[in-house]
Amino acid sequence: MRYDYVGVLVFLVLAVGFILAGMTAQRIVSRLLRTWRPSASKLSPYECGEEPVGGTYVRYNIRFYVIALIFIVFDVEIVLLFPWARVFQELYPFYRSVLFWDMVIFIGILAFGLAYVWAKGDLEWVKTFRKHLSPAEKVARSPQKKEAA
Amino acid sequence: MHLLDFIHQLLPFTRDWADWFVYVLMVFFFAFAILNTLVAPLTGISTYIERRLAGRAQYRWGPNRVGFRSLLSALPLTRGLTKLADVQPIKFIGSKIPGGLLQFAADGLKLFTKEDIIPSGADSFLFRLAPYVVMAGSFAAFAVFPVSFWCSATNLNIGIFYVIGISSLVVPGVLMSGWASANKWALYGGMRAASQIVSYEIPVAISLMTVVMLTGSMNMNDIVASQLSGYGIEKAGLLGWNVFRYGGLLVVPFVVYFIGGCAEVNRTPFDLPEAESELVAGYHTEYSGFRWSFFFMAEYANMFAVGAIATTMFLGGPLPPYPAAFTEGLPMLARFGEGFFWFFVKSYFFVLVMIHMRWTLPRYRIDQLMHLCWKVLIPIALLWFVIMCGVKMWRMEQNLPKHPAAAAAGAHR
Amino acid sequence: MIAVLGLQLSNPGAWVFLAFAAVTVASALMVAVSRNIVYSAFSLLLTFFGVAGLYVFLDADFLAAAQLLVYIGGILVLILFGIMLTNKIRDIHVSNDTTNPILGAVVAAGIFLVLAYVSLRCDWQVEDRPPAATAHEIGRAFMGRYLLPFEASSVLLLGALIGAAYLARRSEKKEGA
Repeated sequence: MRYDYVGVLVFLVLAVGFILAGMTAQRIVSRLLRTWRPSASKLSPYECGEEPVGGTYVRYNIRFYVIALIFIVFDVEIVLLFPWARVFQELYPFYRSVLFWDMVIFIGILAFGLAYVWAKGDLEWVKTFRKHLSPAEKVARSPQKKEAA
Repeated sequence: MHLLDFIHQLLPFTRDWADWFVYVLMVFFFAFAILNTLVAPLTGISTYIERRLAGRAQYRWGPNRVGFRSLLSALPLTRGLTKLADVQPIKFIGSKIPGGLLQFAADGLKLFTKEDIIPSGADSFLFRLAPYVVMAGSFAAFAVFPVSFWCSATNLNIGIFYVIGISSLVVPGVLMSGWASANKWALYGGMRAASQIVSYEIPVAISLMTVVMLTGSMNMNDIVASQLSGYGIEKAGLLGWNVFRYGGLLVVPFVVYFIGGCAEVNRTPFDLPEAESELVAGYHTEYSGFRWSFFFMAEYANMFAVGAIATTMFLGGPLPPYPAAFTEGLPMLARFGEGFFWFFVKSYFFVLVMIHMRWTLPRYRIDQLMHLCWKVLIPIALLWFVIMCGVKMWRMEQNLPKHPAAAAAGAHR
Repeated sequence: MIAVLGLQLSNPGAWVFLAFAAVTVASALMVAVSRNIVYSAFSLLLTFFGVAGLYVFLDADFLAAAQLLVYIGGILVLILFGIMLTNKIRDIHVSNDTTNPILGAVVAAGIFLVLAYVSLRCDWQVEDRPPAATAHEIGRAFMGRYLLPFEASSVLLLGALIGAAYLARRSEKKEGA
């Protein structure tokens, strides 16, 4: 089995080496052809052809962080379920339906978690606390009319 | 290790070399072959096909100038040979060799000679490092694809899980490129791309897990071998493919996987992170010239990888649609070619589907995207996982013939 | 020394192991010492990758892939999002101040000496058995001996999910979002 992972390492090294070789060749060629001429306007950040306005940081939506958090939980769930999926067929004659209910409980607990997060609105991209809105505002802010973040 | 014996037989001079060296060399040539057929040139040809299909969708020609005809007429020695380019390969189709076939070579050459601009505010080390991380994550997935009958570069026992794991290397790479560009649009695009890839990994993993559960193994070669027979017929060809088995119930995980896979590659309708009307080019806005082409190659390699995983898990990988008994007697090289042909055709079919989808469908908004993932795909994937588990249990209770995963797995090296 | 550490330097596997170990240690050092917090976070990428390589050397292939998936794909992304969401990060370059460096160095040296002594004195039993199919064994263990921890981990994950969502919601409310 160890040899197989040497193969993986070969793939990784080849990917890195490919880019390294490509970029080195490109540098040599572009110095040879004298296309390397840096200038201030070329080096400034790209803003659709206009002058850059403001600094290079913006306040971001906290949604990104919450999505990553929820992702980790489901990621670990997947990692724990993969060995189960692997042995399901083999162990079935011995454990029978215990295997199945086992998995159902596991997924059920996490599905409950997903339902909770869904109900509390943590999966919405633009978070509005609907109970603070007046009925007219609720209509105006319904999903069909929501702006993208 | 049968493989080493085989190599020793083929090339006797390798008997004197250390085992590990032979193995490394073998994998290196395999990887090099994959790089130079499935990654780099395929990217070029895919761009040509994409631009022509885009032209079709938009009622215009795609690139049709830079081709063999123009190459032949440009060089003084071959000017007389331009008539060759007008040859009609197949008379009744009535079309000539399409022009513009060399467009990708011209574009590649242009990118190669462009100035390498690193913006002044950019973090130059991370800016340079990002393509390596993204490319490593995309390319390393090719190590387990069964390109022909039970022939993959490495025969990992955790095949499909390894693919899911190593392609998560792309996410920090995307964030790195977004951050290091010192451009708020690039950063925003990078964060959106990262959260999109990360969200859609879950329904992808769950649908793949469904197939793993039905097969009983994560090894890609075993999964292919288990698709040799279906509906009680040995070597059934088309009927053995996972998507047609279990009464077609696996269509749902298949579709869920494909949708999730499109989203992972940031392909329309999920290409918000690189939408031209929104963020210029997202996380690779500030990349130009050859450095950008690595991101591009990684994207097309990823597209092919998504197609390859879909074919291996659901469509039988290198297995032909006719019963395998038809071609059993052929020599090994012919069988290898046959396996590779079917693997490539099926995987590339998915790439073509993705290209068609891009030029047909409008783009999803970010909240629609997240809604689709968390509120539609994940519940469906989980539900179908439980359903398929029940179906499999029902099957096993009936003591139907078990999938010959173990039996056929002994046949491969 | 080489015999004590159990490495045969003629074996190329030893060199690969040394490379992975060096990458892990060096990048972990970068994480702790670097003045630029973004560099710290990206060195963590290398650290996690090195640890995954070390897992492969221990024949724990499933664990290595799980490390890539969860740590690099999840936790590192979370850390990076956290760093990139905090304001004015570009104006702060000196992000890791050092306090009490001498005391810290003394304590660290002491711990290092204890660990080195233990690891050199210990009689490491090296078994030369063929690698087991880890995912299979883990699955059997989950269904056999470790069934309760398997289910308990789902409850733990549920708790983490609810807690994290609650904290994020609270901080949003505080900002008046």
